Amino acid sequence: MREKFIEFRNVSFRYGDEQPWVLENVSFEIYKDEWVAIIGHNGSGKSTIAKLMNGLLYPQEGEIIINGLPVNDQHVWEVRRQVGMVFQNPDNQFVGTTVQDDVAFGMENRGVPREEMTKRIGEVLKAVRMEDYLLTEPHRLSGGQKQRVAIASVLAINPNVLILDEATAMLDPRGRKEIMQTVADIQAKNEISLITITHDLQEVVQAERVIVMNAGKVWDEATPREIFTKKDELREIGLDVPFIALLADELKHNDVSIINEPLNHGELLEELWTLHSKM
Amino acid sequence: MDITFKDVSYIYQANSPFSHKALEDLSFHIPSGTFVAVIGHTGSGKSTLIQHLNGLLTPTIGEVQIGDYFINADKKPENLKELRSRVGVVFQYPEHQLFDETVAKDIAFGPKNFGVSEQEIESRIEEIIPAVGLDKQLLERSPFDLSGGQMRRVAIAGVLAIKPEVLVLDEPTAGLDPRGQREMMDMFYRLHKERKLTTILVTHSMEDAVRYADHVIIMNKGTKYMEGTPEEVFIQRDALNKVQLDVPEVIQFINSFEERFHIKIPFKRQSVQELAIQIQQVLKGAESSE
Repeated sequence: MREKFIEFRNVSFRYGDEQPWVLENVSFEIYKDEWVAIIGHNGSGKSTIAKLMNGLLYPQEGEIIINGLPVNDQHVWEVRRQVGMVFQNPDNQFVGTTVQDDVAFGMENRGVPREEMTKRIGEVLKAVRMEDYLLTEPHRLSGGQKQRVAIASVLAINPNVLILDEATAMLDPRGRKEIMQTVADIQAKNEISLITITHDLQEVVQAERVIVMNAGKVWDEATPREIFTKKDELREIGLDVPFIALLADELKHNDVSIINEPLNHGELLEELWTLHSKM
Repeated sequence: MDITFKDVSYIYQANSPFSHKALEDLSFHIPSGTFVAVIGHTGSGKSTLIQHLNGLLTPTIGEVQIGDYFINADKKPENLKELRSRVGVVFQYPEHQLFDETVAKDIAFGPKNFGVSEQEIESRIEEIIPAVGLDKQLLERSPFDLSGGQMRRVAIAGVLAIKPEVLVLDEPTAGLDPRGQREMMDMFYRLHKERKLTTILVTHSMEDAVRYADHVIIMNKGTKYMEGTPEEVFIQRDALNKVQLDVPEVIQFINSFEERFHIKIPFKRQSVQELAIQIQQVLKGAESSE
């Protein structure tokens, strides 16, 4: 059995007494080392979940447990040490006057020794391919570069959970791919849980498990492969399905028998090849 | 309006230690009524390019011609304001620029500045609100009480209210959910056709470029790297990979299909449905020939 790391128990949240519920009776678990993608249309409650995970918001009902600790005033600082978060807009996250200062900021707050700090700055900037920009001022960086620095800054404090809240939305496709490859490597090496809140289907496909949110409720929870078989239902709640899943579906409509639901080009080609050789 | 760039270079902070060449010897011609996609890696000069389209930037060298307006290092046109009333620019995250008390006032701000009469503005708003997919009831609401998607539509309505002939869109769907993205792009395409606009779309989405654009310009390091129809440009995988761009997913699939089956399916901007039928035909053909 995998160890639970994050637990939402019947969580409901709204921004004010008169406001509608943003989350309603949400329960799920996320395990150590797991990669979970959270998807849903805008306003479905995804980002609220992220903010509840590190105590930026507290629920009105229910309970959130991070690594055995309930998220409340007493434990919030310990929780934040463990839950690193990167947001969508890089301009709202830069605090340093140079790239290396920015990465150092979180470590300074946690009293990391200088020698260790220098070493880690080098490591994390290399991981996000920004090692050539140590002394660059933030306003000289592109949005994508800033975001890579933001990710490096969070990684520098060694969190147990890394949450990317649409953190790649402002990057170009190649930049996104690089970031996702980077965080996947880091997750594999460092035993950290990864939660990606995203609209990018390629990011969803990479995850082990997907939590689909709709109108403040958990709509479904399954592997990407299982989720993307529900094409019509997903579209009804405003979501997309990957090109390959669409193509597989259209092939089925044209009497090409696809037996295993493919998630990537290789898998679909394999299906077609098997079919082809049988003919 | 026709748009022509003639050997345009733009240098940020010229003659200073921070001088940085953002555009170099850029030349192209966009005939009136074209839907153009401008694509390039982060830092390739796309944003600098579009700031030349309404005179926000003046070329350091070379000349930009928009319709009858000429912009070059020696002279900014005296009628710059007039140019700006004909070239509407929707910048990234335009909802950040909303400021007025009500949606109606915010939309009216642009045309008012250009001296459009109250009555005319009212009739324009009447027409634009449904065109951008908003409800009339929102007009007297504060724009800040709306959802992100609605705010963006208000901001776009404000640009459309000046009745531009050229519409410049800088990643207009960034941050929207998939349905929102599709609705917004379909809306721009409809407006492009109905109002016979010249549309310049800056995008990272190869998929959008394939679906909507007549013409594609690929930028790299401040220069024009490639140019042509989507069919011409997007089949050049190696050249695109070289500047860190990927071909659209449908072409990626056609390519790997060819590698595996040694059968070429030509790329003709076919839909997923059409592609499925072609693949089915290929498989059936293989069956009957054996």
